[in-house]
Amino acid sequence: MVLEAKNISFRYGKETSRILNDFSFQMESHERVGIVASSGFGKTTLCKILSGYEEPDHGEVLLDGKAVSSYKGYCPVQMIWQHPEQVVNPRLRMREVLNEGDEIEDRIIQGLGIEEDWKNRFPAEISGGEMQRFCIARALGRRTRFLLADEISTMLDLITQSQIWNFLIKEVECREIGLLAVSHSPALLERICTRICHLEKSC
Amino acid sequence: MEEKKIILDIRNFSVSFHQYEKGFRKTELAVIRNLDVTVHEGEMVAVVGSSGSGKSLLAHGILGILPYNAVMGGELWYDGELLTEERKKALRGNEIVLVPQSLAFLDPLMKIGSQIRRGKKDRESREKLDRIFAGYHLKKEVQELYPFELSGGMNRRVLVSTALMGNPRLVIADEPTPGLHMDLVRRVMSHFRELADEGAGVLLITHDLEQALEVADRVVVFYAGTTVEDAAASDFQSEKTLRHPYSRALWRALPQNGFQFIEGVQPYVKNLPVGCPFGPRCQFYTEACKEEIQSREVQGGKVRCTLDLHTGR
Amino acid sequence: MKRVNGRMAAVLWLGIAVVFLTAVTLFGWRVAESALMTDFSRKNLPPNGAYFFGTDWMGRDMFVRTVTGLSMSIRIGLLSAGVSSVLALFLGILAAIMGKTVDSVITWMIDLVMGIPHILLLILISYACGKGFRGVVVGVALTHWTSLARLIRGEVLQLKEALYVRTAQKLGVSRWEIAWKHMLPHLFPQFLVGLILMFPHAILHEASITFLGFGLSPEQPAIGIILSESMKYLAMGRWWLALFPGLFLVFTVSLFDMGGESLRKLLAPGSTHR
Repeated sequence: MVLEAKNISFRYGKETSRILNDFSFQMESHERVGIVASSGFGKTTLCKILSGYEEPDHGEVLLDGKAVSSYKGYCPVQMIWQHPEQVVNPRLRMREVLNEGDEIEDRIIQGLGIEEDWKNRFPAEISGGEMQRFCIARALGRRTRFLLADEISTMLDLITQSQIWNFLIKEVECREIGLLAVSHSPALLERICTRICHLEKSC
Repeated sequence: MEEKKIILDIRNFSVSFHQYEKGFRKTELAVIRNLDVTVHEGEMVAVVGSSGSGKSLLAHGILGILPYNAVMGGELWYDGELLTEERKKALRGNEIVLVPQSLAFLDPLMKIGSQIRRGKKDRESREKLDRIFAGYHLKKEVQELYPFELSGGMNRRVLVSTALMGNPRLVIADEPTPGLHMDLVRRVMSHFRELADEGAGVLLITHDLEQALEVADRVVVFYAGTTVEDAAASDFQSEKTLRHPYSRALWRALPQNGFQFIEGVQPYVKNLPVGCPFGPRCQFYTEACKEEIQSREVQGGKVRCTLDLHTGR
Repeated sequence: MKRVNGRMAAVLWLGIAVVFLTAVTLFGWRVAESALMTDFSRKNLPPNGAYFFGTDWMGRDMFVRTVTGLSMSIRIGLLSAGVSSVLALFLGILAAIMGKTVDSVITWMIDLVMGIPHILLLILISYACGKGFRGVVVGVALTHWTSLARLIRGEVLQLKEALYVRTAQKLGVSRWEIAWKHMLPHLFPQFLVGLILMFPHAILHEASITFLGFGLSPEQPAIGIILSESMKYLAMGRWWLALFPGLFLVFTVSLFDMGGESLRKLLAPGSTHR
C-alpha cells in the first residue's frame, strides 16, 4: 500500500503563519521512514494530517489513491503520540483502553512486555513508559496499515526505548506495516529506519 | 581541581504520598526512597531517571511546592545551612529558580513579557529580556502574546528565559527541553552551562541521558526511587568505567552503542523488591542484594551496589 | 482503631444526609392524615413537651405539619429535579454530538425557555396539567433543564476535542459507545452538582406557584403553604409557626448540598487523598 500526501498546506486558524506549504510526500508499506526536520516545521501537524486528525487547507492525503478522511470507522493509518497520558481516558482502566483497539493479539501485548496486572490499573497508577506500551499495542490493531510514531520514545528511558523499538521493528516488518518515525535523535532514526527524510521549511 | 563550595547537598531524601486504597485503607506510597545529590558552585549535575519515576518531586521538594498529601524525609542543605520551609519560601524565585517541566506553570492571563519581568518595567530589565529573547530566536512581539498563543517549542524557550532573568545561585531545570529540536536543546543547555560557568549550581533533572552527558559535569543515575550511581559524565564514555549494572545497561541501550535492551520494567513503587530495586533485572543478583545497600565511594564516584564491577568482585 | 480520614467523613455525611432525608420523606408520608387534623381545644399553643413545634390557629400539630410539608417538598423536588436533569443530560449530549441542525434546534429551545420568565411558564404548564402534584412536577421539570443542558453541551463539545476521544474515533469506536464510555462518566459529577443545585430551586418554585394558587391545593400541608399562611400570625407573636418550618427547609436544603458534596468527593478519582 502507498500513503501519499499531495501538495498539502495547513495553518491553524486564520492569522497564524502557514505550517505546511505545498508539501508532498510518499511512502510504501514496506518502508520505515524517519523524519528529520527543524523546529517549527510542524512534524506533529504533519502526522495529524496524515492520520486524518486534521484536514489540510489544500491538497489531499491518499491511501492507495483513496482519501484517508473517507475511511469511516477504523482508520488504517494510526498515530502514536509523544504524550500517552493525553490519549487515554483517565477514567478507564487500561484493559478497556486496550480493548478499544482492533482485536489486539496476545503476541503484541506480550511482545511489548505488558503485564497482566497492569491492565487492571487506571492510567494514573502506571508510569509513562507502561502507558506508552499500551498506546502502541492499541495502535497495532488488525487493520492497521501505516503507523505514525511522533517522538514516541522521547519521554522514555533508554532501556524502554530500545525494548519498544526492537519489538516495533520486528512487528511492522512481518506484517508489512509502513512506519513513519519522527525523532530528534539522528542516532535513533539511523538504527530503526530504512530511509531518512530531511525536510526543510519551504516557506 | 580545587575544592568548590557545596551549594546544595541532599541526603537520604525521600518523598511519600498518602493515598486511599480500595475503601478506607490509607497507605503511604514511597515514590522517592533514597536520593543523594550534591551540587557544587559552578557545577552542572544531571539527575537521570525514567519519566514518571518521581524525579520531578525532587525539584518540588527543594522549592517547597510538593502537593498537600506528600511527606518529605531526609535532609536538604543549602549553602551550608539546613533548608527549612521558611528559607525555601524566601529563596525561591530569587536565589533558587525553577525552570518548570510543564507549560501549566505560566499564568494564562498574563502577557509573556511582563510575566517574565515579574511586572518590572524599568529599562534595564526590558533590555535584558530583549537580549535573552534574541538569543532564543524569539521575536520582540512574543512578549506581547499570551501563553496559549505560543507553539510548544516557543513556550519552552520562554520558560527557560524566566530562569535567566534573575541572578540565581541555584538553577533547577526540570525536564526543560522535551519537544525541542536538537539545535535548540543545545542552545538551551549552553545557557545553563554558562550559568554554571559563572558560578551558579545547576541541577538538571531529565530522562534523557544523551542530553545530560553532553553538558553536565556529573550524572546521578536514578532508578525506582533510589540513586544507584553518581558518576562523572566522562565515565560514560565506555562501559568499563561505569560502576552499577543499571548504568551499564543504560549505556548498552544507547542507539549508537548497540541498542541492546534488558528484559523487564522498572518496578511500580507499590511493589518494590526488598533491597536493591534493580536486583530482579540484574545478572549479578545474589542474596546479598536483598538487604539495604549503602552508598559507597568507588573511583571518584558513588555507587549503591554490593558488587565491584571494576575488579569483578 | 482507625482514625477518621477524609473519605470516611465524606461517607458519614452522605449517610447522615440520606438517612435523614429518607426518614423525613417516609415519616411525612405516613402521618399525612394527622397533619390535617384540627382540634380547637389545643389551638395557638407555643412549643411544649407534647407539641414540639407548637400548634396553629386551628389546633393542628405543627411538628407533623412541618414533616409532612418537608416530605412533600422533598418528593416534588427530587422528582422534578431528577426528570429535569435527565432531560438536560440527554438534550445536552444530543446537541453536542448529533451535528449542526440538531444543535441549533436544541440551542434555540434553550434560549426560548430561558427567555420566558420561569414563573410565568411554570404557571402555564402547571395550569395546563391540571395543577396539583402532577402539575407542579411537570412544570418545574420542563422549566429547569436549560442551564444544565447548556453546561453539558459545552462540556461535551470540549470533550469531543480531547485527544483520547479523537483517538477512539480513529479506532472505529461508535458514536454511542464514545458517549457512553468516554463522556457520561466525565459528565456525572457535573450532572450531580446540577441536580443538587436544582433541588432548592424546585422547592422554592413549588412554594411560589402554590402561594399564587396554581400549584398544590391549599389543604395540602406543603412548606410553601405553611409559610405563607403563618405570615398573618407572625405579627401576633406566634413565631413558632414560621420559625420551625423555615429552619427545617434550610436544614433540608443544606443536607442535600452536603450529601451531594460528599458524593462528588467520593466519585472524583484521586482527589480525596487528604
